[in-house]
Amino acid sequence: MDFDLPPEHASFRDAVRELAQDVALPVAAEVDRDHRFPEEAVSAAAEAGLMGVVIPREYGGAGLDALAFTLCIDELAQACASTSVIIDVHTSVGSEPILLFGTDEQKRRWLPRLASGELLGAFALTEPAAGSDAASLQTSARRHGDGYVLNGTKVFITNIGRAGLYVVFARTGPEERAAGVSAFLVPAETPGVRIGQMFKKMGLNGSPTGELVLEDVVVPVANRLAAEGQGFTVAMRALDSGRIGISGQALGIGQAAVDEATALLRARSREQGDDFTLADMATRLESARLLAYNAAWLCTAGRPFTRSASIAKLHCTDTTMQVALDALQLAGEEGAVSGSRFERHVRDAKALQIYEGSNQVQRVVIARDLFR
Amino acid sequence: MDFDFSEDQVAIRETIRELVQDRVAPRAAEIDEKAEYPKDIERLFAENGILGIPFPEEYGGISGSSVTICMGIEEIAKACATSSLILAVQALGSYPILVAGSEEQKKRLCPPLASGEKVAAYALSETGSGSDAAAMKTRAKRHGNEYVLNGTKQFITGGSIAGTLVVFAQTDPEANHKGISAFVLERDTSPWQASKLEHKLGIRGSPTAQLVFEDVKVPAANRLGEEGEGFKLALAVLDRSRPGIGAQALGIAEGAFDYALNYARERKQFDQPITSFQGIQFMFADMATQIEAARHLVYMAATKVDTKAAGLTKTAAMAKLFASDMAMKVTTDCVQILGGYGYISDYPVERMMRDAKITQIYEGTNQIQRVVIARALLK
Repeated sequence: MDFDLPPEHASFRDAVRELAQDVALPVAAEVDRDHRFPEEAVSAAAEAGLMGVVIPREYGGAGLDALAFTLCIDELAQACASTSVIIDVHTSVGSEPILLFGTDEQKRRWLPRLASGELLGAFALTEPAAGSDAASLQTSARRHGDGYVLNGTKVFITNIGRAGLYVVFARTGPEERAAGVSAFLVPAETPGVRIGQMFKKMGLNGSPTGELVLEDVVVPVANRLAAEGQGFTVAMRALDSGRIGISGQALGIGQAAVDEATALLRARSREQGDDFTLADMATRLESARLLAYNAAWLCTAGRPFTRSASIAKLHCTDTTMQVALDALQLAGEEGAVSGSRFERHVRDAKALQIYEGSNQVQRVVIARDLFR
Repeated sequence: MDFDFSEDQVAIRETIRELVQDRVAPRAAEIDEKAEYPKDIERLFAENGILGIPFPEEYGGISGSSVTICMGIEEIAKACATSSLILAVQALGSYPILVAGSEEQKKRLCPPLASGEKVAAYALSETGSGSDAAAMKTRAKRHGNEYVLNGTKQFITGGSIAGTLVVFAQTDPEANHKGISAFVLERDTSPWQASKLEHKLGIRGSPTAQLVFEDVKVPAANRLGEEGEGFKLALAVLDRSRPGIGAQALGIAEGAFDYALNYARERKQFDQPITSFQGIQFMFADMATQIEAARHLVYMAATKVDTKAAGLTKTAAMAKLFASDMAMKVTTDCVQILGGYGYISDYPVERMMRDAKITQIYEGTNQIQRVVIARALLK
């Protein structure tokens, strides 16, 4: 057994840390307060080649593995959780589907532009009436001449309005539920693609979230990803990877909370109760970290990793929610004041227990695997 | 990065699994009910080289790797927590010799332990000094080429049956923790009395003894390290043994989990197996998640022992804390899943819950673990 980060991974992580601390951290509070897109952080990330961490070099990416990606998102989240989710979604669910399921032509056409950050990616699965029950989605993709016509509404889409390319899941039918779903690559400028309502959220305020409305959107066959009826497989495989990324994001928020709480306690006189709270926070975060690394390691090794990814997502996000709350409690009044990092971490952490499969869905996935 | 056991470790694990399934598991309920030390299982482990796992080959053993020791403890604990202590305490009693013993001492004292000819025990705690171990009162006075020991030790696992006992005693009471020294007592030459055996909530087959030393003579050649180095040694030993308790807790939890899972698959209520109820599914998902998290922490700590990596003290404490708290919760939830059947002793999960409790208490209570972790974080 070997739990050490390989040297190249450690150096990569250090490089991302420097960028995150220099560019993303200084704007994090403002991004949160003003609900603004962290332009400078995302641009800096793009310049540093961080928009294509897992995309192979032949398509202009960094050609790194799932562990490197987890470390990258972790470091970004330590500085600014909004920045980290923008880049995480762009990569794991916005770009990886093309890498995993695209034809050579589709990969050549889209991956370089995503890897460079020229295009921001997004993933449009959820609908107003289809969240946890994603397979009940109703957005339709009717066969029409040489392509499809898409109609429907997607909701809670991260990177809405900024994305240049959306991976959209729609029903080609006639089979019901998962079997009738197909996946499409929809460029943002396609006629009929409209941004609907934008949502103000509790946290991750710099990450734009909103409705994607599709009104008679014509999509050529060349933009369908994988075969008709394979869309749900694409979505589920994308979410397996996505869960590793979200685990990384959770670790980052949690680590920031632990580090800041530690600094707080060092600077003041302490009671044993506070020491015990900190010890529990650090212990639980460490237990979560290894789950994330394990899922990433299995994924890279080509071994089954669905259960491990769900376990990692569940534990990392529940742990970080509690860690953020504990850190806020330690910070007391100072932590509860608007603009304090402590209260921002709590608001940011909550989302992670909900998206990319709520933690109730994660439990369903894990139990299903246990009982088979 | 590698989360797999080596091929050699997998082979050892298979051997242990077979032995446990055939010879240990069928005895577990009886060991608990009668609160009898399973001497037969001790002999079985000795004959099959299991008690040699804590020792490197050069001292008559087969490994010495902490990862392998933990793996062995985990496997046995799945079936019987009492039996897992036989290996865990053999390791605990060997660490002081392996860490601080001279070459002569290691070559003399280790082989009979590695072969299982003798079992080891470790005597630190007293009635007045548990968490505050440095406040011990057992005294060792030097007279020429030997020391004379006087005092009492409390809650010593295997103290009544051990052939080789590591004892910590004050050689210089004025110097507080810097006045403590470590000694190896061999029963034939330095006999001690076991004055009381405790009746316990769990690990009932493990003899937990009060030991009395009345003018017990120990040759100076059996002192480990220099006078005054005993406390430092005790802490170094705990860094190595805590992952083992984490592994024991992990095994207890896994045994309970596996049992409850099989039960839930079969048990029907409202015309369906109870695994079809989301409330039950969620309990299993949470237990599996916590077990998985504990496993990685335990083996990361064990790996740090083997590689002498930085940060061992903190990691070992985290592994013991997390795994034991997890095991208490998981075993309690498994009793819950079995409902009424979980509460009666015809079914093993209530024993597993009783067995889990001690892992939150010994080798440093979980409150002490938090003190250790906080100290490491805040220094």
